[in-house]
Amino acid sequence: MSLLIVTPIVAPLLAALAGVAFRERPVVQRLISLAGPLSMLGSGLALLVIVDSDGIQATNLGDWPAPFGIVLVADLFSAFMLLMAGIVSLAALLYSFATLRERNIRFGHYSVVNLMLVGVSGAFLTGDMFNLFVWFELMLIASFVLLALGGGRRRIEGAVKYVAINLLSSAFFLSGAGLLYASTGTLNMADLSVKIAQVDNQGLVTTIAMFFVISFGLKSAAFPMFFWLPASYHTPSIDVTALFSGLLTKVGVYALIRTFTLVFANDVDFTHTLIMVLAGFTMVVGVIGAIAQYDYRRLLSFHIVSQIGYMLMGLSIFTPAAIAGAILFMAHNILVKTSLFLVGGLIAQFSGTESLNRLGDMYRSKPMIAALFAVAALSLAGLPPSSGFISKLALVRAGIEAEAYVITGISLFVSLLTLYSMIKIWNSVFWRPAPQDAAGPVTEKPGGARLALMLSPALLLIGLSVVFGFVAQPVFELATAAAESLIEPSAYVDAVLGETS
Amino acid sequence: MEVVLIFLVGGMFSAGFYLLLQRRLAQLIVGLGLLTNATNLLVFTVARLSREGAPLIRTGSDQLPESVSDPTPQALVLTAIVIGFGVLAFFITLAYRAYKQIGSDNLEQMVSTDLLDADDDPDDELQGELQSGAAD
Amino acid sequence: MNSVLLMTTARLLISILLLFAIFLLVRGHNAPGGGFIAGLVVASAVGLYALAFDIRSARSLLRVHPRTIIAVGLLVAVLSALPGMFSGDPFMTGIWVDFSVGGESVKLGTPLLFDLGVFLVVVGMATIALLWLAEEEG
Repeated sequence: MSLLIVTPIVAPLLAALAGVAFRERPVVQRLISLAGPLSMLGSGLALLVIVDSDGIQATNLGDWPAPFGIVLVADLFSAFMLLMAGIVSLAALLYSFATLRERNIRFGHYSVVNLMLVGVSGAFLTGDMFNLFVWFELMLIASFVLLALGGGRRRIEGAVKYVAINLLSSAFFLSGAGLLYASTGTLNMADLSVKIAQVDNQGLVTTIAMFFVISFGLKSAAFPMFFWLPASYHTPSIDVTALFSGLLTKVGVYALIRTFTLVFANDVDFTHTLIMVLAGFTMVVGVIGAIAQYDYRRLLSFHIVSQIGYMLMGLSIFTPAAIAGAILFMAHNILVKTSLFLVGGLIAQFSGTESLNRLGDMYRSKPMIAALFAVAALSLAGLPPSSGFISKLALVRAGIEAEAYVITGISLFVSLLTLYSMIKIWNSVFWRPAPQDAAGPVTEKPGGARLALMLSPALLLIGLSVVFGFVAQPVFELATAAAESLIEPSAYVDAVLGETS
Repeated sequence: MEVVLIFLVGGMFSAGFYLLLQRRLAQLIVGLGLLTNATNLLVFTVARLSREGAPLIRTGSDQLPESVSDPTPQALVLTAIVIGFGVLAFFITLAYRAYKQIGSDNLEQMVSTDLLDADDDPDDELQGELQSGAAD
Repeated sequence: MNSVLLMTTARLLISILLLFAIFLLVRGHNAPGGGFIAGLVVASAVGLYALAFDIRSARSLLRVHPRTIIAVGLLVAVLSALPGMFSGDPFMTGIWVDFSVGGESVKLGTPLLFDLGVFLVVVGMATIALLWLAEEEG
């Protein structure tokens, strides 16, 4: 069992190292780089099956018993996220095979991507607060490099903002972890879940929880800590933006959901109400920001922010149904957001610009891209039959059941605005005739195998999103089971601590 | 002794935040460095400061003697220092590149990422990337 | 910079620094020291060399690109974590072998190997940053 849990961490690491060994062989590097996503996908799937039949799996690193050593835990939630992360990173890599400059490959682009995946897998699997910090840092350092790679003024400026804000967030995380240890004497999440209720000064615990709200809120770009995201996500190459949008903020949300169900679940009245307020503002501010934009990727970056709000909404309502909705929404968002960025890459490839002001008439010239965009955009806005509809339905229904009418109302209203901004893209990129100052044609247009390689990842993700909508029942049951074990963490605690007794 | 360190941590945090609010890149770097190290010091202080000797559990007892300091936060701080060192080193090189690229260390001038329409930006690297593509 | 004084002492100091680094690396398991600090000492030796002579010769002092050193270090660290799994223990379980050297018992084990990996990674990282910044200045 140990092997299966460790694989998604070790395999990308070995792939990253092998990439360095074959520095001068781009083709070999590409093949090797697939090992990371594939190992995550495979072990995510295997762990889902095993956890579903045999219960939560845990392994103690270095054979140090649970509350003292570092423990890796796979429950339904983490296995599911691992699977989704494997799928999107596979798609983003496939896209980059067709677009990435050889110079960047030589520099070690794929090795860095795999190092980032090591951090992502580690963050999903760890059962230890401080270890989570370490995985976060690994993931962030790799993302810093990816963001700054290639140079150019915008890219460097974006990277400065991104790195500075993440250093700040790490300082909050570490302070929180230190204070948490000071008041409970443990950093093992399962152990914390038991011990946190025994702390005399519950006010202090709530204060510590705020450190984590700020830190994870910064990482997941929740209101009012989201400004760095639209300032940096549109600057790197498109495959990197797609990868970031599918993984990084979602890891932040994962950490929020994990800690605020397992550890900080005592003072729900205060903490989760606060998260609910943040969720509402995140949704509204994100979507309003998006409406104002005229740059394809910047517009979608604001949408990332807006949709983080939905995930937080699920967490804040704090019923099994609502958390199941949040999990579904994360999975949906990972697929659709990444595919929309990939479609944006295709648009830019054929027209040479990402400015909505200078695009037009693609409906006639590129019907395939138009179709891909239409399906993905409708899914993002939450229209049936797609993953967006199912996950929003689950969230709204949970909201109404829990009588959280205000946040549910906001979420529906924001869905309308999302649809509006998607229509704005549709109108200016595809529907209207090309404007006078339309971007000149790109000298080299991709064709044949390269075009197929560029189209296939978006097709794969959008296809999955639609399939998701049609086979909603099993996915929904899976998310509900995952959410129930999050709300009722005794099985998790037993799986981690039980091994010692 | 703890009290002194607590005030030191507080002072470092406030100095760090003050520097973050300034407009210059160099001050941002020093501010972040102060914040990182204030955090490390905070976690270190959590362990209790004592020179009583090694934190070993004596025979016949099942808990640590009262006066020794807790080794765990010290181990955590060690890791955090390493990570903080690496990230800060990266940030300094990045900031230096930004300084050379922009020709100024004034953060107010780093606004090219905030344009509503990226095509207003004269030196856009997207173009170059689209033109070159993958050569093979 | 072209100072005879610095060049002469640098040669001497660097060999002492490297020896000291090995000392720190090996004693790391039970006493203050270890791979990280030893790596920093080596990197500072390289930095001193760059200061006394020039950056190009400091690079050639390493023989290989620092990036390769990082990769090898990571590989060593990962490999050190694997042996435990073959005997059925969880990932990263330490395996120790007892030697007897001149009547003294010496223990060698996978954690030392892990530390060696850390050492190499730190040497690589620190020299990359140091030499890059030095080149930009000069």
